[in-house]
Amino acid sequence: MCRTVDLHQAVLAKNDERALALRAELAARGTTAVNLLSSPGSGKTALLELLLERCAAEGLPAAAVTADLATENDAERLARSGAPVRQILTDGLCHLEAGMLRRHLTEGGWLPEDTAVLWVENVGNLVCPASYDLGETLRVVLASVTEGEDKPLKYPTAFGLANAVVITKTDIAEAVEFDRDGFLRNLRQVNPDVPVLETSARTGRGTAELLEFVRRTRDGRCPVHRPALAAEHEPLLHHRHEDDDHPHGHAHPHPHGVPAA
Amino acid sequence: MHELSIAVAAISQIEEAAERHGADRVAVVRLRIGELSGVVPEALRFSFGIAAEATRLAGARLEIETVEGRARCPVCGREAPTGVPPALWCAPCGAARDVLSGRELEIARVELDDTPVSEDAGASDATGATGVTGATRKVNPADLTRKANHVPHR
Ligand SMILES: [Zn+2]
Repeated sequence: MCRTVDLHQAVLAKNDERALALRAELAARGTTAVNLLSSPGSGKTALLELLLERCAAEGLPAAAVTADLATENDAERLARSGAPVRQILTDGLCHLEAGMLRRHLTEGGWLPEDTAVLWVENVGNLVCPASYDLGETLRVVLASVTEGEDKPLKYPTAFGLANAVVITKTDIAEAVEFDRDGFLRNLRQVNPDVPVLETSARTGRGTAELLEFVRRTRDGRCPVHRPALAAEHEPLLHHRHEDDDHPHGHAHPHPHGVPAA
Repeated sequence: MHELSIAVAAISQIEEAAERHGADRVAVVRLRIGELSGVVPEALRFSFGIAAEATRLAGARLEIETVEGRARCPVCGREAPTGVPPALWCAPCGAARDVLSGRELEIARVELDDTPVSEDAGASDATGATGVTGATRKVNPADLTRKANHVPHR
């Protein structure tokens, strides 16, 4: 004896709900969260180090959580700016989830009340983290000039959902024959009109612009880019609740009665 | 592999739904997976089989409905498949096409099996005398998550 139950739930409904709640909490306390996604070796940590230094120099209270440190040295380098830095050990998990992030932020009141910018260095890959909303204000996807111009086409979900894209290691672009136009063309195919910033952690190029971009978003001077790929995501959230009252097909009442959902 | 985390999330939600409905077994699960969701159906199917072991979903038939990516240009109004990777730029209009579908990652429906497990079957199951009768053991979802954690991503 079988009965069909229509669920219409987003598989990641729980994460989506936690992300919505965290987004509201962060907004209420005036914290702008920036979710940094990239492949391993894209220079994310080096760039974050510069950004934290710049935040300190400009008197902008910042903090960072990182789930992608290659070495112990990285944590020390990040902490040098004086900003609170917290390492998240994901125990092999290939992405951060909203609930996990919130626990680390709130545990022992870790995140200082006055934090203006919270940098979140996600686990180093472009597949898994793309599916998980963390309640961030900005999702920034990084790619280094060594990764090839077809990167956005190979990882369309990650690049397609980015609010901004950062090209890293531009100081060696010529040496590695980076096809900049090709990269931008491919990026536009999966995420038209996404803002692109070009940086180099070695020369410092673009870090001031990147921080200024975050500040303008924070102040509302610059609207957050809405990716075309994200357009139909929101309606899904409204359809995740179980439709208990209208079972279709060969539905039978359960002998013990259906507990109210 | 990312799909194992997705499978674990789906199974945990379906287990909750089955529990709410007082069903010990889930016979069929139907998922809707969009072409642009970043999830590979075959990898998901494989992960689902592993993650469903020792849950109410053990042995459940998994049906995956693939949802085509479609987009419409707000300027010329042309609606068409996006392809994979998606082409979201309408070159003639110089405009971004709005994605209408293709990002689904959804549990559409489940078939719950209410066939009562007799007292005898339950008892013999508890002693391990019978094989796979469909009686389920409660699994701590944390164990599954931990299992998922240790599979390297692609
Ligand atoms: Zn058009």
